Parts: sequence; C-alpha cells; structure tokens
Amino acid sequence: MIHSLFLVNASGDIFLEKHWKSVVSRSVCDYFFEAQERATEPENVPPVIPTPHHYLISVLRHRIYFVAVIQSEVPPLFVIEFLHRVVDTFQDYFGVCTEAAIKDNVVVVYELLEEMLDNGFPLATESNILKELIKPPTILRTMVNTITGSTNVGEQLPTGQLSVVPWRRTGVKYTNNEAYFDVVEEIDAIIDKSGSTITAEIQGVIDACVKLTGMPDLTLSFMNPRLLDDVSFHPCVRFKRWEAERILSFIPPDGNFRLLSYHVSSQNLVAIPVYVKHNITFREGSSQGRFDLTLGPKQTMGKAVESVLVSSQLPRGVLNANLNPSQGTYTFDPVTKLLSWDVGKINPQKLPSLKGTMSLQAGASKPDENPTINIQFKIQQMAISGLKVNRLDMYGEKYKPFKGIKYMTKAGKFQRCVWIAGSDRYYTNRASLIIVTS
Amino acid sequence: MTTMQKLLQLPVNAVNIVKTVQSQVQGQEEDKSPVLTPDSGQHSWYNALQPDELRHLRSGGTGGGGGGGGDQEERAPLEEGGGGGSSGGTFQTQPLRHDDLKEMLDSNKDSLKLEAMKRIVAMIARGKNASDLFPAVVKNVACKNIEVKKLVYVYLVRYAEEQQDLALLSISTFQRGLKDPNQLIRASALRVLSSIRVTIIVPIMMLAIKEAASDMSPYVRKTAAHAIPKLYSLDPEQKDQLIEVIEKLLADKTTLVAGSVVMAFEEVCPERIDLIHKNYRKLCNLLIDVEEWGQVVIINMLTRYARTQFLNPNINESLLEEGGGGEKTFYGSDEDEDEDEEEKEKKAEVAAMAKRKPYVMDPDHRLLLRNTKPLLQSRNAAVVMAVAQLYFHLAPKAEVGVIAKALVRLLRSHSEVQYVVLQNVATMTIKRRGMFEPYLKSFYIRSTDPTQIKVLKLEVLTNLANETNISTILREFQTYIKSMDKDFVAATIQAIGRCATNIGEVRDTCLNGLVQLLSNRDELVVAESVVVIKKLLQMQPEKHSDIIKHMAKLTDNIQVPMARASILWLIGEYCEHVPKIAPDVLRKMAKSFTNEEDIVKLQIINLAAKLYLTNSKQTKLLTQYVLNLAKYDQNYDIRDRARFIRQLIVPTEKSGALSKYAKKLFLALKPAPVLESPFKDRDHFQLGSLSHLLNAKAGGYQELPDWPEAAPDPSVRNVEVPEWTKCSSREKRKEKKVEKPFYSDSEGESGPTESADSESDSASGSESGSGSEESGSGSESEESEEGSESEEEEEEEEEKDKKKKKKELKKPVPETESEQSSEEEDRKIKRKSKQRKSDSESESDEDEESESESSQSESEDSESEIEVKKKKKTAEMKPPSKPVKKETKKEKKEMSLLDLDDFEPAPSPQVTPVNTFLSNSLVTDLEGLSLSDSVLSPATIAPSSVLKNYELLHRITGEGLSVEYCFSRQPFSPDANMVAVQMQFTNSATSDTKNLHMEDVKLQSGMRVKEFPEIELLSAGETAMAVMGIDFCDSTQAANFQLCTHTRKFFVSIQPPVGELMRPIFLTENEFKKEQEKLLQNLGQLMGMNEITEKLTLDAKCRNEHAIVQRVTTAANLSRVPCGSDKECSPPVPPPDHPVYRFAGRTVTSSSLVLVTVATKEEGAAQLTVNCEKMVIGTMLVKDILLALTQ
Repeated sequence: MIHSLFLVNASGDIFLEKHWKSVVSRSVCDYFFEAQERATEPENVPPVIPTPHHYLISVLRHRIYFVAVIQSEVPPLFVIEFLHRVVDTFQDYFGVCTEAAIKDNVVVVYELLEEMLDNGFPLATESNILKELIKPPTILRTMVNTITGSTNVGEQLPTGQLSVVPWRRTGVKYTNNEAYFDVVEEIDAIIDKSGSTITAEIQGVIDACVKLTGMPDLTLSFMNPRLLDDVSFHPCVRFKRWEAERILSFIPPDGNFRLLSYHVSSQNLVAIPVYVKHNITFREGSSQGRFDLTLGPKQTMGKAVESVLVSSQLPRGVLNANLNPSQGTYTFDPVTKLLSWDVGKINPQKLPSLKGTMSLQAGASKPDENPTINIQFKIQQMAISGLKVNRLDMYGEKYKPFKGIKYMTKAGKFQRCVWIAGSDRYYTNRASLIIVTS
Repeated sequence: MTTMQKLLQLPVNAVNIVKTVQSQVQGQEEDKSPVLTPDSGQHSWYNALQPDELRHLRSGGTGGGGGGGGDQEERAPLEEGGGGGSSGGTFQTQPLRHDDLKEMLDSNKDSLKLEAMKRIVAMIARGKNASDLFPAVVKNVACKNIEVKKLVYVYLVRYAEEQQDLALLSISTFQRGLKDPNQLIRASALRVLSSIRVTIIVPIMMLAIKEAASDMSPYVRKTAAHAIPKLYSLDPEQKDQLIEVIEKLLADKTTLVAGSVVMAFEEVCPERIDLIHKNYRKLCNLLIDVEEWGQVVIINMLTRYARTQFLNPNINESLLEEGGGGEKTFYGSDEDEDEDEEEKEKKAEVAAMAKRKPYVMDPDHRLLLRNTKPLLQSRNAAVVMAVAQLYFHLAPKAEVGVIAKALVRLLRSHSEVQYVVLQNVATMTIKRRGMFEPYLKSFYIRSTDPTQIKVLKLEVLTNLANETNISTILREFQTYIKSMDKDFVAATIQAIGRCATNIGEVRDTCLNGLVQLLSNRDELVVAESVVVIKKLLQMQPEKHSDIIKHMAKLTDNIQVPMARASILWLIGEYCEHVPKIAPDVLRKMAKSFTNEEDIVKLQIINLAAKLYLTNSKQTKLLTQYVLNLAKYDQNYDIRDRARFIRQLIVPTEKSGALSKYAKKLFLALKPAPVLESPFKDRDHFQLGSLSHLLNAKAGGYQELPDWPEAAPDPSVRNVEVPEWTKCSSREKRKEKKVEKPFYSDSEGESGPTESADSESDSASGSESGSGSEESGSGSESEESEEGSESEEEEEEEEEKDKKKKKKELKKPVPETESEQSSEEEDRKIKRKSKQRKSDSESESDEDEESESESSQSESEDSESEIEVKKKKKTAEMKPPSKPVKKETKKEKKEMSLLDLDDFEPAPSPQVTPVNTFLSNSLVTDLEGLSLSDSVLSPATIAPSSVLKNYELLHRITGEGLSVEYCFSRQPFSPDANMVAVQMQFTNSATSDTKNLHMEDVKLQSGMRVKEFPEIELLSAGETAMAVMGIDFCDSTQAANFQLCTHTRKFFVSIQPPVGELMRPIFLTENEFKKEQEKLLQNLGQLMGMNEITEKLTLDAKCRNEHAIVQRVTTAANLSRVPCGSDKECSPPVPPPDHPVYRFAGRTVTSSSLVLVTVATKEEGAAQLTVNCEKMVIGTMLVKDILLALTQ
C-alpha cells in the first residue's frame, strides 16, 4: 500500500517526508518534478505518475502537493481518497492546511500520520478517534504545555476503535447540548448565449455540528425526501432505514462532520437565482473594445443575494480595461488577463453594472477567444431545491437538546455563452458563471 | 489506574537492557554482570554503548570528510533548524551539536527529553539524517512520558533497519508489552515490534503474531493482521506459517479484523482463493459494517473470487433468446439425475424449466451483489469505485446500470478523483454505452476544469455519441473549439473526427465544420484539423475533391510540418481527383524543398513518385529534380528514400522486376484508418485498479480470471456455524440485519434457490414419499421460503407460479405458529411415515418407542411424545459417568421440568433418535398438510438448540446422499482423547449407495481421527448411523476429509464449537475453588491470562436456576458443581442472596481444567468467569456462554 509520503510546496521543495515501510529516497520525487514542469498549470499534473520502481500518486490541496509513493498494485482512488482525508485532518487540527502550519506543528503532523497508517494501510482515519489519541493544538494548550511540560498526546487511550460505534468517542459530556445542521446547496448550471439553461444541477450537503452528551441516537426526517436523487452518507447513517423509510437514523460522531451529500436530479426544474446581461464588443481595426455587464436577481423568494463575486478571463489581446462599476470594486490583472469584480449584495432596485472600455494591442486583430464569467454568490436562509427538514428526534438520552437548522444556497459552476460583437462578425462565446447557493 | 498509567509502567528498568547491551557489545559477561539499580543502570548503559556509539560517530565523520560535502551540507541547515545558538556549521562542531541533544536525552527531566525528541523528529521529517543519535534515543523506549515514548517509537521505526544491533535493545520492552493485560498496550507493542525491520527478530515476530492472532481482543487481532504483511516482506520464507495465521484470522467474526486480514491475504497469498470459501458468506454479510478502507480491499478480493467460483451471468443471454436448449447448468443436470426414474412427470417439468432458463444465479453470487449495493452510497470514493467495478465485472447486464448514478456523483469530487473516475467511465462507456447516456450532460466540460479532466470528458462524450444525441454533442464541441486552452481544442478536433467516423450521418457536417476551421487564425487548430480531415477523406475521397483543392491552397500558409505533410500525402494519394492542381503543388514544393522539415520532405518525394506514375508527362522533370535534391540531403532517411524510389519508378536496364509493380506499390488502395478510443479493451484490467489506469500491468496486480466454464462445487462455502455466533454486537447497530441474521446465514447454505425450490415442491407435493426423503428436503424448503421473502426480484416468472401454489398450501397455518409446533409435527409426520412404511424400521425408531414406553406418566398421545423428546434431550446432555449422575440427581430437586425419575442409562451412540435430525423448517413447509389439532403452549417445548445437528453433506451436493452429524457428548470408547461425532447418513437417491467410507483426512498438526467403520450398503431411502472420533487437539480447527461412496467423493469438514471440546468432571465446591486459585497463581507471568471475566445482563427468560444451568450446559459440555449447602464446605457459608453457579470440565485432549462461574446479582445482572489454562478456549467459551445467557 502506501510506502511513503512527501509534501511538496509550490516552489518545488520537499518540506516533509514520512515513510511507513523501508525508506524511499526522496530522489523519487524527481519524476514528479518532471511531470510538474511539463504541466502548464499546477492542477494539470497527472495524479498518477509511473516511475521505474514506484508509482507516485499525488493530490494538490492548498497549493501543497501530497505525493504518495507506492510500489505495487493498489486502487488509485484508495490512495487519493486517503490523501484527501489526511488534508482534511490537518485542516481540522490546525484550522488551515498550509506549509507554515504543517512546519509549525511538525511533531503533531508526524504523530497523526503515524496513527493514520500502519504499514501503509489506513488504521484510524476517524477524526473522533484521532482527537482522542492526539489532542489538537490550541493556543491555550500550547501555553500550558510550555509551562507545565505536558503534552498533546492523550492521557487516555481511545476506546472508540473498540466500541460498537467506532466513529464516536465515548464519555462525551456537555453542559449545553446542541445539534446544528447546515443545509448547503450549490447550483451547477450551463447557460447558453441566449440565456436558456443547458444543464442545471443542484448539489447539496448537510453539515452537522453535534455536541450532545452520551450516546444519542438521532433521526432526521425531511418534508420532501423524494427530491433527493442520489445521496452519500457518513458511515454512521443506517442505510436500511433510509432505504425503507427515507429517514436518516444515526448515532452522530462528536463535533463537526458531513452527514450527507446529495444531488437533486436535473429532471427537476432548477430556478436560477441570478441573471447576467452582457455586451462585449471589439471593433475590427480599432484598439478599443466595449464592455458592459449587468447582474440581476431572479426567483430568490425575497432573499437577498449576497457576496457576489464576478470573475472573467478576458482574451489575451486585451491590454487593459478601464471600467466603471456602479457598486463594489473591480480589479484587472494585465498579466493573467483576469478581471474580477467584487459586487457585494445585489440591490433589486438598482442593479449593479460594470461598464467601460478595454484597450487592445495596437494593430492586433480582434481576439476570437471567449471570455469566461464565473459568478459566486450566497443566499442565506434558502435551499434552492426547496428541501425542508421536517423534524429531528433524539433517542437514547434523557435530556432535551437544542436543535438548529440553517439553509444556504451557493453558486457552484454556472456557464453561460456570451456574445462578443465585432464590427462585422459575431463570435459565439462561452463563459462560465459559477453560482453558489448556501 | 488508567490505561495510560499502565503503559507508563511498562517493564522499563535498565537492568534488562544493560544485560542485552553487554551481551551485544561485550560478549559473554552477561552472567557475571551484577544486578544494577536503575540509577546506575543508566550510567553503565551509556558506557557500554560508548564504543558502538563512537563507531557510529566515526563512520559519520569519514562520510562527511571523504564522501564529499554532501553530508556536511545536509547537516548545516539542520543545525539552524535546531535553533540553538551553538557555533557554526563546520564539521567539527557536528558531534558537539548532537552531544547537546544526547545530553538532553540523558537528563532526568522529561521536558528536556521531549524537547530533544521533538527536534529529532523534526529532523526526520525534513529528511535529515539523525541515525547517529540511535543509542541515545533507544534507551528512552522505556521512558515514562507517553509522548517521549511515542516519539521514540517513531524514531525506532525509522532507523531500526539501519542499526539492527542496537535496535535489539528495545525488543524486550515490546515483548513485555505483548503480555500486558491491557489490550491497547499489547496492540501497540506488536505494532512497533513488527514495524522495526530487523531480520534477526523474525522468529520473535512470528511468535508474537501467532499469539496475538488468538488474542481475545479483536483490536489486538487486527494488529496481528497488520503485522502479517510486514513480516512477510521482511522474510518471505515465513509464508507457510503466515498463511496458517491468515486462515485463522479469516475465520474471525468481528468486523474490526475482517478488512485487515483480507489485506494481509491479498499481500501474502492472493492465490490461495480456497481459504476464502468458508468465509465468503461471512465476509459478504459483515461487509457493510467493516471500516471503509477494509471494504475496498474486501470488495476487490471478492470480485476476483466470484470470477473463479460463479458462472458468467451474461453468458446465456443469447441462449435464452433462442428459447434455451443449449448448455444445461450444473444444477439443472443435477436435478435431472435426482428425479430421473422416480417421477417422470416431475422430470419432464424440471427439464422443461431447465430449458427455459439455462442460467441460474448462484445464491452466493446474488448475496454478494445484494450486500455491496448499498455501499454505492458511501462517502468514500474508493468504496464506490470498488462496488462499481464489482458490478461491472460480475453483475448481469440489466443490473449494471445502478452504478452510473454513483459514479456521476463522484465527478463532483476533487479533480484527482474525477480523473480516476473518468478513466474508468471511459472504459465502461465502450462496453455499456446505454448506462451513462442519461447522464450525458454531467460530462459537459466547464472552462474551469483542468485540461486533463477536459480531455477525459471529451473521451467519454465521444464514446457516448450516437445518432440521437450527436447533434447536441457536436454543438457542445463547437463551443469547446473556441476555448483558450489549445491542447483541449486539439483534442476536441480529434473527437469530432472520431464522431464523424463512427456515425455516418454526421460525417459531412463534421467535415464541413472542420474545413471551416482551416481558416482559423490559430495554426495549431488548423494543423490538427488537417490531420483529422485527412483521415476522414480517406473514407470517401471521390466526393470531396473540392476540399482537397482547398487544402492544396493552404500549403502556402500552413507551417506546421505535420499538417503540411498530411496535405501533401492527401494530394498524392488522390491526385487523380485533382489532376490539375497536383503538379502545381509539386512545383511549389520542389522550390521550397530544401527548407522543409524532414517529414514534409519525405511526403514531397512520395508525392513526386505518385505523380510520376500517374502523370509522368507533366511531372517527369520535376520528379527528377526532387529526387536529385533528396539525393544530397543531410538526412539519410531521405537519401535512402530517394534512392529507393528512383530505382523503383525510373525505368532503366538494370531495374529489377519490382519496377513493374511500382504502380501497385504506390497506388494501392489504403484502408481507411479506424479511429479508436484509447480505452478500447482496457477492461481486461480490473477496473479501478492502478494497472487499468496506466494501461500496463503494475507490480503485484492480480489478473482478473475469466469466468469458469462450469461452476465449481458451491458446497465448499457451506459453513457449520451455530447461528447465534453470527450475530455480532456490531450487527445489532443495523436494526434490519438483526432481524434476520439467521436467514442471511442459512440462505447460502446450499444449492441455488431455483433448483431447491422445485425440489421442495416435489417433496411437499408427494405426501406418500418416504419419511427420510422428506427430511432431506426439509432444509431446502426453508431456503426456498427465504428466497421468496428476500429475493423476489431475482425470481423468474415460472418460479412465481410454483411458489404461489406452495403458499396456498401453507396458508391455513399462520407463520408464528410454525416455530412452536414444528417439532411436534416433525414427529407426527415421522409417525405417519412409520405406519406406512413399517417394513423399514430403523433402529432409532425402536429406541424412540422404547423410551416413550418408559415414560408412562402421560396418557395423551402427542403430549407424551413431547415429554419423551425432552427427556431424551436431557439424557443426551447428561453424560453417564457416575459422579456426574449423582450430581444431576441433586439438581433434579429444583428442576421441576426435568423429571429424571425414569432416567435410563444413556443410550449407546447408535441409537440416538432420528427425529432430532429433522430440522424444524421441514415443518414450516409441511404445516399446511399436517393436522394442527393440538396446539401446544410454547413453554412445554424444550429449546431446540440442545444437541445441535450440523449438516455435513447436503442432499443436493451429495447427489441424494445427505449426512448430518452431532456431537453426542458420549465418551468415545476407542480413544478417550477424542470427541465422539455421531453421523447419520440418509440415502434419498433412487439408487443404492455402497462402500461409504472416509478418505484423505486433512488435519492440522496434532489432530487425529478415528474413522467410522465402512458402511457396505445404504439402499435407497435408508438411513444409517455411524460414530467417529476426532481428536481436535483442543482447537476449533476443522477436520477436513473426503466422504467416498462407490461412485463419488465429497469434500467435507467438521468444525466443533468450543463447548464440545471438553468433557464434564465432578468437583466439589471446595475443590473447585482450590483449582481456581491454583490456576490463577500458576504461571506467574501469565497472571490474569487464564481468567476471563465478563459482565452481562441475563436474558429475561433466563433468570432462574434451571434456565441458567440448562443454557450453560447446552453451550458447553460441562457438569455443574454442587453449591453451598455441601458439607465439605468447611467454614459454613450462609446461603447467598444471589446464587453462584459453578461448572467444571476438562478439555478432551490435554485435560486442562475448565472452570466456569456464573455469579448472579440484582436485576438479572451477572458476572461470568471462565478459568482455563488455554486462553483461546477460555475466550471462545466466554463468548459462547455469554451469548447463550443473554439471548
């Protein structure tokens, strides 16, 4: 299985290595660097690279490559999924997963990796268990540790792995018993140049933060479970109960976890909450182009569209853009040609717009590439699919917990075809709008 | 005392270490060395190490000085990292620096040690060499601070391989940890011990693994499973022994162990597929509760297993369409033989059925598919992929579709996941296009996708393209061409080309689109288009001379060599379609010849040659000119080509016979290129595997075998497990599963659902059939019922009709009643058949009657029979040895239900009643036929679990011969160390069976078998009994042997429940207590090992003395120790409020004492204590008794 792990930063330095079997020389990463050089973009490095004696499987998260070295046949997804789990664990422990954070906590990182894999085979990946084994560093604990010389390593050996419910630690106690559920939905849409939807899908997740004493057994039911077309569960959810009754029945892990992710089928009509009007033209022979973009809310059921961010990759020929936003601020990077406009909140009475001119390279012919537009936004207190939680019940414990449910819609990936009008010819262009609903 | 504190108190003192050191370093002074106090121990330890340490320092030094600055440079930053203000990075200071760390490690302060260890670990993490600190670090393995200890472990695992001698110092610490009463400490000790790759400790590791494999804690067993591949990679010669351990662990019933042991299996002995047979059903049933990583490994392994054991579910599809006939399945033919002369009508019916449905899915195959399906909902992409590949490789075509949705879901995950999934989807779409068609839009490309994802999505879209969706796909492609990502655009153009070749209708549209691209400003796009157009034109050149003309014009502008070469080739190839332009192109090319790239030059020569052959008048001189230019080219390929062509086409006197054929050579019709997906035929690799992804065999890849022609014997998967052991605590979590753990178990117990169904149908239909025949079919009918409950989907139409009939038969009696009245009805049917067939009275029948005569208390027929039955059972439970009998008499006073007044000497093994062999399920099947006039209260029925019967050979697999066995609990007279196994043979076939005997006994070392005497003749419908003895060597290993008849051999195996491995002995309470104490004290280092205590809550029905005693004695062959009131009890003890029950026995082989104590407390709480020298037996016994008392 997994032989070794190397962490490589954006500038190509190996800043951490860990071996689970015999030591593999770090020169094996040269093959990785070669592939990295060949790839034009960081994310284009192939996830699996064969070398004469090993195979390198890597993931890129937070601008760090996690390169696993394996020696023999193993399902690649197995390794990839595990590496992502490692990153998630780091994030869970250190808040961020950056090179600096890892370097600062190198001992904790090492202890974690030691517990997560045994001989290259995953051992403990549940965060509840890991946190019992190795306490996550907090400012307070760090201070206490420096003064008293105590440690991050748990005083008690975890019982979770031995218990019936391996994802939950035992002996949990809270004074305030709370269970919060966030229903977060994202829209993925492709919209053609005339504004009609080519595809639109809704992805949703239910993230939970459960702080309940003892061993509570929860059931969560929906008003309209039929909306959910395809679901994947945290291991704690009982499959059979869902299949038979469409009820989520589970003993939750302690703390934050993702209970469920789901997909609302494309058959259902998706109401897209924003629209974009655009007019981008280049005149042949002239070094000027016009840029005109207007945003507006649509079918938001009275909820405000917030945190709107529009970004667009302008054609390479564009030298600069001189634009005038009606609200928010915009930036244009002349090197990467990336235009981004931080709109903020959309006011339905006064629609935000971005107008102005672009200057082209003198004498250059009209660009024929299509700018892409990505839009991000959030809508609070609404799940765009209309999914509603019916009730949450708790069994197995006697106290009354506080229950809270929050809905949010975010933009996922949203594509739209854009006209670029020239003096004599139209090009059909495609842009991508990313809409996130939370 | 917390577990941690225990860990801290690990055997630590330096004494041992010092001893080892001295033996290592100084030789044989060990014996003389004085016992040191821990304090001085540390000191002398350091001294002892000194020489060695110096050696290391020196070696480091020479490396740094001679080997080059590399070493030195490596260390320089390390010092900065250390953070200390010590002086510069020169080589001389290096030892000093580390001395600093060493000092910290030697100090008494944990905080200093910790600081030092943290720095060292940071060095390791950065890949710096810290090996010279080994001696200083290793002694801290015994440090009391838990974090220091952990970091020392980290260090050890990293460097032990390099410093094997010194690493040995730590071994004794781990060895002691292995014996710790705390399971977590045992596990961690084993983990580290097995991780340090030191060859010399292989035997120690082996021993530790073996011991841990039979540890009572599943967590330790899991660790043992992890250790197996470690040891294997260290020393492959241990393979055989390791396989034994794997085999043992595979039989483990906890989910915790399952994933890890299968992983070990895959790494050590993936070829030993036979080890899986017995565990197959268990693995399938446990799968959903195994942790996710284990699931992946198990599913992949089961995919391979299923490929070797089951028939291809898709093979008979064509046959079915033709109306059958073709090949008969294994079962179909089996059935025919069975029924042959007996009932011809039936035979015809069965044959017809077999014809109509030639393929019958093995229920085990179905079990696998059904149990993996919910895992498609897993959050773990690897699990989903594993299930998807399982379905792709194993499921019938109609069912594969379910995986599409889950795979499409994975496309929203991280891009690396998408990358792998898309590769697999691309392969799947070639074989099963329809599956993904509904999800076409999910593969649309977004501008934000990385290029490699885009290209893969294109691949999938291209594979999915067909007549109906091509227009939408092409429209989509058109937008892609506008992308800024040029690699992606090139890929899109190729994709368009492939669509055009595959779908004739759109070829012209595509071609026109591509031609338009020729005017694109981007040269790459144009070049790619030219290449694709060239391929397309090859298919129908005559129609497209204007395109060729257009392209000829492009030669003026296009500079990309590949595109130019393609155009020239096209013109040359189809010069007849453009007779005027071609020579002109050649003229231009001749002019620029010297400046062209090599591939273009070669094509110019080709063009010239072709023109010369077709139109020599116009081009003769040009050709000569080109050939002359080529003759002096720098590239020898081109010079060669020119020479070769000149010889071939220009007629001279010397020119050989070939020049005649020049035209044929150059102007032969070339086949159009087939544009194929690079993913074609990749599915011969197991999907989801690394090899599939790379399209090359990776090391350690296990080939996915082809389906077998005929299915191997399915009975190898039959397991004889008492049903209650199946229900592990984790299973309870899934409520649904708990409801029928029994079903999922028994379901697979024998042949296919369908055939069993028809079988039972015939049996229940023919009431006049002999009793023994019915008993044979009993167990099957239960299965068929089970099938109707849970496997409806898979049943074919014809089957349903039959089932309906059967259900109608059953209707009159409600389901719940069946369980209770089952045994009674058993007997009724028996009696009926007895009356009818009075000629064939077996011995057992006589016995039954004699017994029923002895109980004259009841007058009513049916009730008396039940009474008899119960008595028989108690009789069987009680061994006939004298003291025990006395003992049971004492008990009798309290046990009102067990009236033993007329207790007869136990019957000889041969005369155990037959009716216990009738499974109660027969009755559920026959209840519709029988007369249920007397309904009995459940209380009067004794639990059916007393003296369990196990199936050795099922009727179907035995071709009419069925064999059951039970552990009769009688002493086996020829050899007291053997367990008596009583077997009943029933011949329900139509022909006689001769020469029944055993052969080829395969046993674990130490086990012995006394075979049963050969049965000469077992005529049709007859039943015979035999007793054999097996010395199981106090283990629950199965005894495997072959059962031979005059025609066939059957592989069978007998596995004893642990409770049968002992015989009861008589002890007084005092004796019992003494023995218990002795056991506890003896073998000091194993303290606590031979006592296992478990708290439990008694089942509601099991709170009186009688029930407890009965349940314990049922679970294990033990006798009760008379309690409290006995006179021997020296200080008279007042009768306790909460009685304590004691049971005693000895294991059959080694006569080790087995003492069981059940101490009851308030409200059904109780404590169970088992004392036994044999830990394994003790552990298993606790489990069994626990289950017996709580359920």
